[in-house]
Amino acid sequence: MNLTTETAKQWLLAAGRDMQENKGYLSELDQAIGDGDHGHNMARGFAEVEKKIASKTYDDVGGVVKDASMTIISKVGGAAGPLYGTAFLKASGVWKGKAEVSDEEFAEGLKAAIDGIAQRGKSEQGQKTMLDVWIPVLQEAEKGNIEAEQLAQTAKEAMEKTEGIEAKKGRAAYLGERSIGHLDPGAYSSYLLFEALVEAIEAGGEANG
Amino acid sequence: MKKLINQTDDILDEMLEGMVAAHPNEIKRLAETNVIVRSNAPIKGKVGLVSGGGSGHEPAHAGYVGHKLLDAAVCGEVFTSPTPDQVYEAIKAVDGGVGVLLIVKNYSGDVMNFDMAADMAKDEGIKVEQVIIRDDVAIANPEDRRGVAGTIFVHKIAGAAAESGKSLKDIAELAQKTADNVFSMGVSLSPSIVPASGKPGFELKEDEMEIGTGIHGEQGIERKTLKPADEIAEELVQNLLKHMDIKNSRIALMINGQGSTPLMELYIMNRKVSELLNEKQAEIKKTFVGEYMTSIEMAGCSVSILKLDDELEYFLH
Ligand SMILES: Nc1ncnc2c1ncn2[C@@H]1O[C@H](COP(=O)(O)OP(=O)(O)OP(=O)(O)O)[C@@H](O)[C@H]1O
Ligand SMILES: [Mg+2]
Repeated sequence: MNLTTETAKQWLLAAGRDMQENKGYLSELDQAIGDGDHGHNMARGFAEVEKKIASKTYDDVGGVVKDASMTIISKVGGAAGPLYGTAFLKASGVWKGKAEVSDEEFAEGLKAAIDGIAQRGKSEQGQKTMLDVWIPVLQEAEKGNIEAEQLAQTAKEAMEKTEGIEAKKGRAAYLGERSIGHLDPGAYSSYLLFEALVEAIEAGGEANG
Repeated sequence: MKKLINQTDDILDEMLEGMVAAHPNEIKRLAETNVIVRSNAPIKGKVGLVSGGGSGHEPAHAGYVGHKLLDAAVCGEVFTSPTPDQVYEAIKAVDGGVGVLLIVKNYSGDVMNFDMAADMAKDEGIKVEQVIIRDDVAIANPEDRRGVAGTIFVHKIAGAAAESGKSLKDIAELAQKTADNVFSMGVSLSPSIVPASGKPGFELKEDEMEIGTGIHGEQGIERKTLKPADEIAEELVQNLLKHMDIKNSRIALMINGQGSTPLMELYIMNRKVSELLNEKQAEIKKTFVGEYMTSIEMAGCSVSILKLDDELEYFLH
């Protein structure tokens, strides 16, 4: 996988567009097992990310991802804001100073992001949260020779699996067993994020010839 | 959706402007934030008290900024917790050099955002303590209990103690003691509508009520047919008394309206609740009936009971 600074920027911009397009759906998912604000939070936050990064030039992947993380922390709110913000912030530390990240470094960044989410959210895999998407994606990435397409496929399957899980963290946990049968909104937005990566990578490939 | 608003995107901003216009001598808004602070903040030598959370719970929390109450309230979007940078600005604005106490309701968003802000402030050398309020007994596991109307007792008691010049450590302990001794439970008759979505947060049939709802209309323990006020009061009190022993104790009581329930009905609830508590030989030292922690236009009420000791009673007076 070829993740350059420009591709990383395109990734975040594509993610923003996906959040915007799926704003209603994400909030609907959150309405069922939370408080119905997840799509609005993500769309509002990523619109600010676009404003922040679109016309700026960056020298390293870490730089653009860090700008996104700070914007997410200060604009998203809710539970998703500190969690996504922390995730990107931790990843940006690993990708700092790198104009292009190798597959191995990409996986390291994901790992740091996941540790950040787990620490901030005091959460782990299997609790019907975004981690149920991030962790399988990391496991896929750690195999090496990363294909963005494959990561997105893993994310999709993992997201779909959250339907059968009982929520143990976040607002959905108040529902206990009644949370089963619904997709987790944070897992869905995480899936959108990894799908946006595919698009950015493919577009980047074309741009490079 | 039928509301007295302009654009949904402007609700928070315009509400805060209206609040400041109503109380220009008491409060001000920190420039370029959604933070309301006392107009004389920071008060040198006094511990700063900061609370906050999603908006839609007015008067919580900005309405509690003032003398013997909070020094700052951080206001998030409707039902969405505020971001750490805003909380951080509030902390900086009210630190009088002796530290700041954060009063946080136990919602995962609030807890994480306030925690990040506390880390940021500590990095800058500001002393910060946090107390997490978990008074909603509708949730079985004590660790997971939500923070609801009982939070207001913490504002009042910690606020009075801070004004009296107590140290951060003492106030944090007192706030924690208050939090440990307050228990609440709600009942809802109709949902609230978050303006951004325009849809009701849940649906109840004309003759239904939900026992144990949270302050954002989170589902409670049970949904059933609406009963007369006295029976509802009995059910709420019974549930609360599973968690506290009030026999021969002094207590404070709060009957809190959720947004669109008239005072008339709250007094009818209070009539029965206080009768039941008196039967248990509790001595009700102070009663609050009114809207203290609302949920936009949700209908219904919550009952909170705080068990008092000398110190809590002294600072609540
Ligand atoms: N402790 C946690 N660890 C990991 N992920 C979490 C945790 N809590 C919530 N989430 C994720 O966040 C998503 C909900 O995000 P959202 O922005 O709707 O926050 P929220 O709970 O509504 O916050 P708020 O209560 O402040 O409005 C969930 O679907 C879940 O994936
Ligand atoms: Mg939500």
